[in-house]
Amino acid sequence: MAWLRQRDLVPHDPEEKGFRLRFRVAFGIITAIFALLVFRLWYLQLFQGAKFRQFSQENHLRTISIPAPRGMILDRKGRILADNRPSFDLYIIPEDIGDQKEVLGRLGKILKASPQELENRLKDAEAKGIPRFKQFKLRGGISWEELAKIEANLMDLPGIIVQVGPQRYYPHSNLASHLIGYLAEIDKEELRALGKSRFRRYQLGDLIGRYGVEEKTETYLRGEDGGKTVQVDALGRTLPVVLNEIESTPGKNIVLTIDLDLQAYTERIFAGKLGSVIAMDPQNGEVLAMLSNPSFNPGLFARDVSKQEWERLRNDPLDPLENKSIRGQYPPGSTYKLIVAAAAVEEEAIAPKSKLICKGSYRLGRRSYGCWRWGGHGAVNLYQALVQSCDVYFYQVGRRLGIDTLAEYAWGFGLGEPTGIDLSNEKAGLVPTSTWKLETTGEEWLAGETLSAAIGQSFNLVTPIQLLNAYCAVANGGKLMLPRVVQKIETVEGEVVKDFPSREIGALPASPETLDFLKKALAGVVSAPRGTGWAARIGGVSVAGKTGTAQVISQKVKSEEIPFELRDHAWFVAFSPVEEPEIAVVVLVEHGGHGGKAAAPIARKVIQKYFEIKAEKDAGPKISAKL
Amino acid sequence: MLDRRLAQNFDWPLLGITLVIILIGLLNLYSASASFRGAPTIFLKQCYWLLIGLSLMLIICMFDYRIFERLAYAIYIISVLLLILVLVMGEIRQGAQRWLEIGGFSLQPSELVKLSLVLALAKYFQDNWLPDGFRLRELIFPFLLMGIPAFLIILQPDLGSAVLLLFIAFSLLLFARIKLRSLANLAGSGLMVLPVFWFFLKDYQRRRLLSFLDPDRDPLGSGYHLIQSKIAVGSGEFLGKRFLQGTQTQLHFLPEQHTDFVFSVWAEEWGFLGSVIVLSLYLFLILWGLSIASRSKDRFGAILAVGISAILFCHVAVNIGMVVGFLPVVGVTLPLMSYGGSSLIITLIGVGLLLNISMRRYMF
Repeated sequence: MAWLRQRDLVPHDPEEKGFRLRFRVAFGIITAIFALLVFRLWYLQLFQGAKFRQFSQENHLRTISIPAPRGMILDRKGRILADNRPSFDLYIIPEDIGDQKEVLGRLGKILKASPQELENRLKDAEAKGIPRFKQFKLRGGISWEELAKIEANLMDLPGIIVQVGPQRYYPHSNLASHLIGYLAEIDKEELRALGKSRFRRYQLGDLIGRYGVEEKTETYLRGEDGGKTVQVDALGRTLPVVLNEIESTPGKNIVLTIDLDLQAYTERIFAGKLGSVIAMDPQNGEVLAMLSNPSFNPGLFARDVSKQEWERLRNDPLDPLENKSIRGQYPPGSTYKLIVAAAAVEEEAIAPKSKLICKGSYRLGRRSYGCWRWGGHGAVNLYQALVQSCDVYFYQVGRRLGIDTLAEYAWGFGLGEPTGIDLSNEKAGLVPTSTWKLETTGEEWLAGETLSAAIGQSFNLVTPIQLLNAYCAVANGGKLMLPRVVQKIETVEGEVVKDFPSREIGALPASPETLDFLKKALAGVVSAPRGTGWAARIGGVSVAGKTGTAQVISQKVKSEEIPFELRDHAWFVAFSPVEEPEIAVVVLVEHGGHGGKAAAPIARKVIQKYFEIKAEKDAGPKISAKL
Repeated sequence: MLDRRLAQNFDWPLLGITLVIILIGLLNLYSASASFRGAPTIFLKQCYWLLIGLSLMLIICMFDYRIFERLAYAIYIISVLLLILVLVMGEIRQGAQRWLEIGGFSLQPSELVKLSLVLALAKYFQDNWLPDGFRLRELIFPFLLMGIPAFLIILQPDLGSAVLLLFIAFSLLLFARIKLRSLANLAGSGLMVLPVFWFFLKDYQRRRLLSFLDPDRDPLGSGYHLIQSKIAVGSGEFLGKRFLQGTQTQLHFLPEQHTDFVFSVWAEEWGFLGSVIVLSLYLFLILWGLSIASRSKDRFGAILAVGISAILFCHVAVNIGMVVGFLPVVGVTLPLMSYGGSSLIITLIGVGLLLNISMRRYMF
């Protein structure tokens, strides 16, 4: 340690000028501050001590939180899809409850719940570390009858508080349920995860968005709870004196791109069917209507959904909780021919003008692949093949292109990956390739499978939103837009907090000329003689579209003759007007049979309704002037 | 290394008073944590840290404290690096990133940096002593020494510790003699910066400041803490509610009752009498530290002792000032009494340095 001593110490004279003085001043300041603290202690403990002692003895101060109203969900014209209604919520302060067994027993009788169940809630709260003198929600949305009984027995229910709080309310019950979503009580893991964030705004018993827009925009919808300090007497009863109160801050309102009228109409005409319908503005990706059948009533979840009800919904074989629009994966059927046609032109696999012969079937190796039209289409070119949806034509084109080239184009049209719509848990669909098959099944890709893939069967899977988005891109001249359901977020006062402008997420791998040709062919599907989509024709407006039939099992008989759950799914995708498309619609009817028959009329009605609404809007001022 | 003369000059009163405060702190922590689930863990952990801290304190006594003069800048740089590390990979608790997890232990570098800053400033003032006092431009380097860690701490965000750092540096400056005019300039520009500072505060910090000015403003948040702390302290009256009998404490009305609000537990259970005794002990400790500084014949030792006393004083004054409702709620510990390893160990190292300076005062 010799190196330590190498340096001479720097001598310092304690008597140096001013040094002593500084110490004296410091001694003085420090002593003075301590004297101030002692004086403060004297003031609190002796002068006011009796008052504070009494405060602490009777213990007395409870803070009760005031739940903030959740933001509303509105349609594109500001009409309410979800808001709040007052409900009576039951809170408990464990510290004030007194004889727990007895009180919970009494409460259990009123609420028709076992005391054990209530006790478990208490234990949950304790495990979470909620202090015993803090209130937490035992049950939300109690009935009038329960409320009356509790109010009458409040003297025998110490530590129990009934508070009026906002409860989620969905005025149109099942309407757009998959889109709006639902709330559910926050679970312990979520609570733990959120507890780490800066603002611990959630507590046990709170509801949190679990599905749809309610889930996706939770951070905006949720407001900031307020609170008040009240006095509680020795028996645990809340005194009506409020010592101080801060108001809650309501959450933000979410404005959707949905049109309530179009949505309601679509649900009406689709009632009783299974599947999905989506209407979208092809120019900007705004979803105008989106439904998935069967649906559910999100209001069930805002009240305390009973276990049986929840189980019933979960175990329903028709899966009402599934949003088929973004999570249902189906073979695209003939709607896929659009992509094959684009690939054929771009890759020059065939000149659009040259014709191929369809005799009703196509032979590859030992197997024969049939066309849907018994007897065949004769000699058809690309335009005719699309219009009449000739399978044999596309078998041959598909074979020339090969499965991997087809896959490239499918990806280019946005298939095989989620579109990125602002809803959670969107499925990706499936674009098969030869390597994909080798990796997943260990088997080589078969030439025959390319034929099936070329007419949208085989391993191909798409979601309705993917298919619609691909057709929208053709409609708008080649831009893949990001589909959106949330238009903007506003404060209660209507000030825009966040705006979601339209966004281009890709470009189709096709030249403008090719797209033009495809559009003409799709228009032909609806309007040309022998077009498969004739059922979507509307007088006065041009419509373009494509039918599709997704096989559930391969079959030789007509759909009507086999059991419902084995029948084909019916597709129709359309947009209108052809020249400057404003609306695009996809219809998927599960087990509906042929797309032209089952799906096209629905798409037609939706498009018609869209123009009706638009006309009303244009005519709107005149009507009100008359009134 | 410890020759007989050093042993003779050992500062028994300083050690004695430190031990008394430690014992009171343990007793109090036992009560503060008695109602917790896993209560023995907190108490036992504090005991372990205490053993580590006391050992470090004694080890430090064995070396000549001037070893720290040599190492001052190195220690300072390491502390600042730890502060950066805490921002990068620190654990977030209650919205702030203050802790570093090292092998099961949580280290709070902002506690360490107070001592490192004092060491670095003591070295700087010793090396650049100006008998006629400093002017502002000569204080740029000390200002940087203080400013860098203060800025890093504000980012955590831990406003309390940053302000404390400022106080500590400032009190050293007063002893290192700053020119009166420079002092006036400094104070003036400080006042100008204050409003700008407001914009840099986090939401919750503003809320805390506002709720300090008006406790009824936010009854659920920090205002609630203040009200409950005042009730706890006040309800202690003259003799207190006796050990383990404080209702505010045992029913968890007090926030952070084993860390920042540990004094309200003491005041509730031991009353005015107990509070004044503890305050007197702290006053004695701090003034003793200053007198060590005034008697030291080595400049580094004198400034270092002033700095350590300043750390102790700032902590005690700010913490108790907060508990009795004089100051806003900031995360400042009460030395030797609050639960927490970093604070306890750093304080004991500081006391070790004081002992060291004190016993070597006749060597020169």
